[in-house]
Amino acid sequence: MAVYEHHYKPYEGQLTPTWSRFLVLPRYAYQDLLKYKFFIGFLVACYICPLIYTVLIYLHHNASALQLMDLNPRDLVPINGMFFSIFTGIQTTLAFIFTVVIGPVLISRDLANNALPLYLCRPFSRLEYIIGKMSVLLILLSLITWVPGLLLFFFQSFLEGGSWLVDNWWIGRAIFLICVAWIITLAMLAMAFSAWIKWRTAASAALFAIFIIPTPIGFAIQGILGTTKGHLLNLSVALSVLNIDLFRLDPDDKLFSTGEAWIVFFGYAALCLFMLSRKVRAYEVVS
Amino acid sequence: MNPVIELDQLRIEFGKRRILHDITGTLRGRCIGLLGPNGAGKTTLIHTLLGFHPPTSGTARIFGRDIRTEAKAVRTLIGYMPERDSFIANLTCVHFVRLMAELSGLPPEAALERAHEALFYVGLGEARYRKLGTYSLGMKQLAKLAQAIVHGPRLIFLDEPTNGLDPPARKRMLELIREIRDSGDAHIVLSSHLLRDVEECCDEILILKDGHIAANCDLEAERRANRKFIELETRNATPAFTSAIGSLGCDYAMTGEQRMKLVLQEGLEVRDLYQLAAANNVQIRRLNFKRDSLEDIFLKAME
Repeated sequence: MAVYEHHYKPYEGQLTPTWSRFLVLPRYAYQDLLKYKFFIGFLVACYICPLIYTVLIYLHHNASALQLMDLNPRDLVPINGMFFSIFTGIQTTLAFIFTVVIGPVLISRDLANNALPLYLCRPFSRLEYIIGKMSVLLILLSLITWVPGLLLFFFQSFLEGGSWLVDNWWIGRAIFLICVAWIITLAMLAMAFSAWIKWRTAASAALFAIFIIPTPIGFAIQGILGTTKGHLLNLSVALSVLNIDLFRLDPDDKLFSTGEAWIVFFGYAALCLFMLSRKVRAYEVVS
Repeated sequence: MNPVIELDQLRIEFGKRRILHDITGTLRGRCIGLLGPNGAGKTTLIHTLLGFHPPTSGTARIFGRDIRTEAKAVRTLIGYMPERDSFIANLTCVHFVRLMAELSGLPPEAALERAHEALFYVGLGEARYRKLGTYSLGMKQLAKLAQAIVHGPRLIFLDEPTNGLDPPARKRMLELIREIRDSGDAHIVLSSHLLRDVEECCDEILILKDGHIAANCDLEAERRANRKFIELETRNATPAFTSAIGSLGCDYAMTGEQRMKLVLQEGLEVRDLYQLAAANNVQIRRLNFKRDSLEDIFLKAME
């Protein structure tokens, strides 16, 4: 390394492809996160449930192991939509906790340190910045939600045979769609709050509030007006509606239609994008 | 020399407030000083050239590339050192500069190598593994300069680079700016309130006033032209002496009983003045090449 050459010189080497530069941000973010034992511990804890599910699926297909443990296959939980729905529920909850821990500092630190001009004076757009920051959460949350979910699904298909995969493809679709909708919404909410609320604790509290406050409002509207449409503000309810529909559970538990649930997700995403577009700028302009 | 920055009827409005009024001009200097009183539009102009604000109308070109239509290509050519503290929290200086290099498109290995080089170059080599939060103001300014040059840009915008620096740190910063200028590999746009800094580094200046260009001049040419202006202080000057100066073809003006300013005509030398004085039995007590200082140029532009 020519650190002894103390003179200015232009760079004439190869450049990385423009499309891949947003990935620099998650790489640096993970380098920082991996310094914390809490983060590593929690990440490991997120794989306890997939491990248990792997054992359960394995036991279903291993008669000798069941015999050894003195268990009857009928005593085990059936592997069906409900089985994977519970798995998805657990992992999406863990994803929420991860988001509350990591999300609030993603943009607020850059805003507090006036770092946005440094990013945006380079061949790096606002959109790339947002995608880069969002991918910190998206990659991480994918690793604990739909990736292990689909691995379990394919593991079950592998053990059960190709016909099970053909008959139950909708389970794989449900795992993927529910997790993706959830983690994108969580990531966008975390980013939007991070951009608008500089205080980390307040941003975390706001993330909790967005899931807690709509519940009493929804029930109050239901009580007064007799309509369940008041729950349309509630992301948790929208998630449960998708869960019921895509995992083919009891439709009587649905508080509104699947289309309305998608609208809730898209609505929140649009609101977050608007909030981000207002805040993620090199400098704020006062007209 | 090819134009570095071309301003073409560039207008910037924030809401109903017009900040830059259809400014037009071509800047070609190796180091261009951007001057003007507070609120003149200097920072807005820099931010517009960096692509932070879209022009309301008109456009600008940097090395022939339009900032409207080729914003990304333009930003690959430039480096920017902001006026205010701008950092990424929790990073050591070398990681910070490396990250900036990678965002500019350098592969990770090259970015790390260049980050080390840039930090050694600005004089932070020994402190490069310290977190930025522990840096003094002077070190932070140097770190900002390092991130601005790490990717080897062809044009570097320096916004108040000597702000808050003590005299040795200021001297070091100005030396670095001159070194980069003299390397011939990069052009510099230096925005500063300190006329002396601009005078020491720049060969061209653009003075803005209320969003208009008040002056755009080549300082080197001005300096050369000013060599013809002479301030004279004499003793025993007589009307015959002054009229003899006039008869040499020099424009002159008396600024005091024994003081005069004159413009030396082409072909005349200072020696001729001394000979004239001796012939008229006049003592020349002082002779100065009067040179319009940057302050004079600035004050003239502000009138």
